[in-house]
Amino acid sequence: MNLNPKIPPGPLADKWDTHRFNSLLVNPANKRKFDIIVVGAGLAGASASASLAELGYNVKTFCIQDSPRRGHSIAAQGGINAAKNYPNDGDSIFRLFYDTIKGGDFRAREANVYRLAQVSNNIIDQCVAQGVPFAREYGGSLANRSFGGAQVSRTFYARGQTGQQLLLGAYGALMRQVHKGKVRIYPRREMLELVVADGKARGIITRDLVSGRLESHCGHAVVLATGGYGNVYFLSTNAMASNVTAAFRAYRQGACFANPSFVQIHPTCIPVHGSYQSKLTLMSESLRNDGRIWIPKQKNDTRDPVEIPESEREYFLENKYPAFGNLVPRDVASRNAKEQCDQGKGVGETGLAVYLDFAEAIARDGRETIRSKYGNLFHMYEKITAGSPMEEPMMIYPAVHYTMGGLWVDYNLMSSLPGLFVLGEANFSDHGANRLGASALMQGLADGYFIIPATIATHLAGTELPDIDTGHPAFQEAENRASLRIKKLTALNGKRTVDDFHRELGLLLWDCCGMARNEKGLRYALNKIPEIREEFWRNVVVPGTNETFNQSLERAGRVADYLEYAELMVRDALARTESCGCHFREESQTEDNEAKRDDKNFSHVSVWEYNGESSAPISHTEPLVFENVRPSRRSYK
Amino acid sequence: MSTITLTLKIWRQQDRKTKGRFETYETGPISQDMSFLEMLDVLNEQLTLEGKDPVAFDHDCREGICGMCGSVINGEAHGPEKETTLCQLHMRHFKDNDTLVIEPFRARAFPIIKDLAIDRTPLDRIIQAGGYISVNTGGAPDANAIPIAAERAEAALDAAACIGCGACVAACPNASAMLFVGAKITHLALLPQGLPERSGRPLDMVQEMDSQGFGNCSNIQECEQACPKGISIQNIARLNHEYLRAAFLSEE
Repeated sequence: MNLNPKIPPGPLADKWDTHRFNSLLVNPANKRKFDIIVVGAGLAGASASASLAELGYNVKTFCIQDSPRRGHSIAAQGGINAAKNYPNDGDSIFRLFYDTIKGGDFRAREANVYRLAQVSNNIIDQCVAQGVPFAREYGGSLANRSFGGAQVSRTFYARGQTGQQLLLGAYGALMRQVHKGKVRIYPRREMLELVVADGKARGIITRDLVSGRLESHCGHAVVLATGGYGNVYFLSTNAMASNVTAAFRAYRQGACFANPSFVQIHPTCIPVHGSYQSKLTLMSESLRNDGRIWIPKQKNDTRDPVEIPESEREYFLENKYPAFGNLVPRDVASRNAKEQCDQGKGVGETGLAVYLDFAEAIARDGRETIRSKYGNLFHMYEKITAGSPMEEPMMIYPAVHYTMGGLWVDYNLMSSLPGLFVLGEANFSDHGANRLGASALMQGLADGYFIIPATIATHLAGTELPDIDTGHPAFQEAENRASLRIKKLTALNGKRTVDDFHRELGLLLWDCCGMARNEKGLRYALNKIPEIREEFWRNVVVPGTNETFNQSLERAGRVADYLEYAELMVRDALARTESCGCHFREESQTEDNEAKRDDKNFSHVSVWEYNGESSAPISHTEPLVFENVRPSRRSYK
Repeated sequence: MSTITLTLKIWRQQDRKTKGRFETYETGPISQDMSFLEMLDVLNEQLTLEGKDPVAFDHDCREGICGMCGSVINGEAHGPEKETTLCQLHMRHFKDNDTLVIEPFRARAFPIIKDLAIDRTPLDRIIQAGGYISVNTGGAPDANAIPIAAERAEAALDAAACIGCGACVAACPNASAMLFVGAKITHLALLPQGLPERSGRPLDMVQEMDSQGFGNCSNIQECEQACPKGISIQNIARLNHEYLRAAFLSEE
């Protein structure tokens, strides 16, 4: 397996320039001879589609929703980072780079992260030119805020709907290219197979979700921008249609998967309130700036929180981390909340929640100040739970939010399979073992607007790409694989629903491969997953036929892939016996229960290669070399 | 946690061409903490286990921002709560033994795909006609090069908050998309970056709206009532203003 990251030579700050200069170009007149397939229309997919079409390539863009304006990037609340240093508070490209690589606990590539920081400023310029209405100061300049514990104010935002506004900007650019005839949109399509012809990614098989028809699409390169796999846990902050299928199908065709066990669990979500629950809602982490997190000292205390006196409350983060208190990073806050609930001190109906209390902030700053800061979030909380955080503490609990793992890519964002490029959350490249707040939007747009338009040319101009069409046998084979699978699924007429299996798998992963992992639990999960999978293929019920709009069949296909993918996650978690970022191995902790990284043995990317249905995947590693920063230990005490 | 039992009358339609009908379902106990879509999930689990066809409905983010969900509940698009998408509507707003009539957003421009799921691509086509600022990637001036007053940026964002769900069309007796178009026109007209295309955009978008089969506005204001994002009817006034300005002053 060739896992050459293709990091350009030379000083860090010059690598991207050097690389662009050394890259091949496609003559402007020849660009129209190339067809590019883009799967996904979130920030990465929409920005890539529009930018590639502007260059002159013919683009086909596929999305699972009814419109390319609905990708889950739309739900991002907080903001987007850039190293503009508008507030004059000491920010720089190097600082954004350093914060991102340190936040990722030194498990990302220096060169990729530095490039991300470099293009971050162009993103803001581009979005403003598109008419994205960012928040502004009264003088008319752009407003910035500090986010997620950053020491500088580098986050640009549009109220609590930054993702929506950025996506609508990219969607507008995309619609313009559709109007010009350079992009064709295929809505309500799901990619079911990747087509590999003569060793290169040359097309995809999609299912038209309305008619059930399988379609073959041929191109000179395939770009996957299909998001993360957080929904493998059933409950997450992801949208319902977010899934791993496209990435996993590519993995089965030879694209390697990197760090699949790296999953970010966000501390401030509205807790689970019943078995019928379909998703979890994130509450911005800005709430931790003023809210105090506590639980009752006494186990199973069912008193109304306002009746519990100060002396009987435990402010566990403030006590354990006096310097950072409630503002410790996401992974630390999440892990500690779980620990308290596991001891039986959790609150609420399920015992899986902790309090986030604004009483002190209200007493200190007054009701109006607190309302003006958090009014919209309190309103959202009230809508869902019917409780008012102005009158009683909020209840929160961690939830699966973002997946740092993804398909392995080199510096060109090309996977280990030539011709297959992977952008945004679907790749593994920039966030290491933990992503910082307001960095996901930045990465999706960096990949789509600025990186892929420059790097795809080397593949197109430098590779022999024979003139093939969907008549090539590889298309027939791929379509047969997809069709066989659908036939197998629709023939199943068992006794349990798809969601029922999905819930069972999700709970198993949450318990064994969630916020804290240990060998015993991981081994248990590794045995248990094949059992669930075996029962799924025997006892699931998939109503209806393929030839209709059949949402049960859609879900069944995705859950079938989760049942295989989950095993890969667990294997990865098991192999990495160190703790780093989001990945906390209970066996690897310091005396005071903090994560203990093992740079000697694990300063690498774990890369997995598919090896057939009946064999375990092959494990590879890509060593991480730090030439410009020295890995240090994160400490928040 | 209190539970309620409901009678649901749901529009069932196999596909675009088959004739549809209402079917009645009695739910089991429904927790009032559920969202409306979770209530439909529970019904669908029950139907699936009974060997029946579950109800098709569109949904995705389930946090009120993607614009994918939406049905008409007892005559109201997105149900009875103001400024709330269907996914954010919770069952505590209903009473035990209520009967709920659930049907798709209905408009000539929105063909039914199945049951409650509809085709809203005509809204994308309106945007394709000009609902953007024509800039290519690269070469944008520094983001702070053009100051924009905070109030103006906020007003643009008020309009840009549209989620494209189509409730305004469903609520309008003329099935007009004027609020949708008005929101986009307003968003771009308020920003200096949008001005170069000011004379073409309203004409192109309105023409596309007409050709997609949406009706015109007759000031009934149901759209504003139904809008889950509180988009004001003033956006239609601005659309008319921009349209007339473009029609009379355009040099093309």
